[in-house]
Amino acid sequence: MLALPASADEARRSGYDFMSRATRAMQDEDAANTGMLWVKDGEALWNGKAGGANRACADCHGDAVASMKGVATRYPAFDARMRRPVSLEQRINLCRTEKQKATPLAHEGPDLLALSAYIGMQSRGMPIAIVMDENTKPFLEAGRETFNRRQGQLNLSCAQCHEDNWGRKLAGNPITQAHPTGYPLYRLEWQGVGSLQRRLRNCLVGTRTQAYAYGAPEFVDLELFLMWRANGMTLETPAVRP
Amino acid sequence: MQLLMVFALVCTVGSAYGAGDTMPASLTGTRGDPAHGRAIVVNRQLGLCILCHGGPFPEERFQGDLAPDLKGVGARLSEGQLRQRIVDSGKISIMPAYFRTEGLIRVAPAFQGKTILSAQQIEDVVAYLATLRD
Ligand code: HEC
Ligand code: HEC
Ligand code: HEC
Repeated sequence: MLALPASADEARRSGYDFMSRATRAMQDEDAANTGMLWVKDGEALWNGKAGGANRACADCHGDAVASMKGVATRYPAFDARMRRPVSLEQRINLCRTEKQKATPLAHEGPDLLALSAYIGMQSRGMPIAIVMDENTKPFLEAGRETFNRRQGQLNLSCAQCHEDNWGRKLAGNPITQAHPTGYPLYRLEWQGVGSLQRRLRNCLVGTRTQAYAYGAPEFVDLELFLMWRANGMTLETPAVRP
Repeated sequence: MQLLMVFALVCTVGSAYGAGDTMPASLTGTRGDPAHGRAIVVNRQLGLCILCHGGPFPEERFQGDLAPDLKGVGARLSEGQLRQRIVDSGKISIMPAYFRTEGLIRVAPAFQGKTILSAQQIEDVVAYLATLRD
């Protein structure tokens, strides 16, 4: 059972706080949380050998409960070789290709969602803790710029909905503060688990804005900004949303 | 100084879809059809209005509350003001400009170079809103 996500900062609210009692109950009870099925799949993938190296994640990282604890709270994180922040999904794929000598897993495919849900789960209940240093800062600023820029045929910025109008209703749905506290998460509307970038694509499509490809640098920068903005808030992965 | 201001004023009102308060002339030269207009207003994919606005649409369960209720709007605003609000209010607002294609960035390919509503659709919406008098 997960305690109510209590943010250190009273003014900030997770999407959880805007949900109905029934949807909250789904998230609170592991047995009712459909996202746990993806976590289970992720555990199996973690322990299975793969690729030309014929090695499992567990062969190098051991028990994820210990080795992956807190990792998801730090992503996207700056990668020295890529010279830019990488998302957790991209970090997993770096190990897939470099350490396992296997093909990268498809973004939004079941395996990458399962592994990121499993790794995310090891940080459930921990505060989001994006590290901001001089290397990372320009990417944060790029993400902030995207968040505040009006775009698309409807000419709306993320901030106009999620900062100026949170708590109000868009066609009956409460607009949240857009804190990415629970990804990947199970969304009832999707009937499945999806990544933060999938959610962001939904918002871009809604405003008739050209979406970015999964894993595109602009998407990772936006993700970095959102996670940094939620620093200190509790990670809920795998969360449930309406 | 005063001359400059007058000049600026004339420019705004004079520009086709500028940021004046009212736009008296019909975009099509004819009156719109209020019944079509109502259908556009309550259509979530077409008019999008009730994503943000509530209004006298008892059959619509999910309406927005980000914007003033459209009930009685025809008594509050003239047709010219309604048209201007929809075409492009020129205000800093979350309400989109429905008859604008310029100055927008990263528009999704399917919508590039297109206005949100056509001139005829806007006239239909204006004709409908004008009937909302109480
Ligand atoms: C051959 C050993 C090896 C295998 C197999 C391997 N990794 Fe890694 N992994 C590493 C090393 C070493 C690092 C540290 C960074 C580096 O050197 O690339 C790392 C880093 C990571 C990180 C970042 C940790 C952090 O603290 O930021 C994640 C997440 C991760 N691996 C996940 C996985 C997953 C998931 C798999 C299986 C799909 C996997 N790894 C397979 C060796 C491995
Ligand atoms: C027209 C208003 C609107 C705009 C503009 C908009 N969103 Fe959203 N967003 C929503 C609504 C409605 C939801 C669904 C509410 C919810 O989280 O259940 C949502 C959900 C989200 C969530 C999920 C929050 C959670 O709890 O999981 C994130 C993150 C988000 N938006 C980020 C963004 C970003 C980044 C942008 C800009 C690229 C953006 N949104 C633009 C309305 C908007
Ligand atoms: C994304 C949200 C949004 C959408 C979509 C939207 N509006 Fe608005 N609208 C607003 C907001 C916010 C205001 C009040 C602030 C302002 O004046 O811009 C407003 C103001 C108005 C006004 C002035 C109301 C008054 O009482 O002064 C009218 C009329 C209006 N909208 C009509 C429409 C119509 C018709 C549509 C659909 C064709 C529409 N709006 C779509 C957000 C929206």
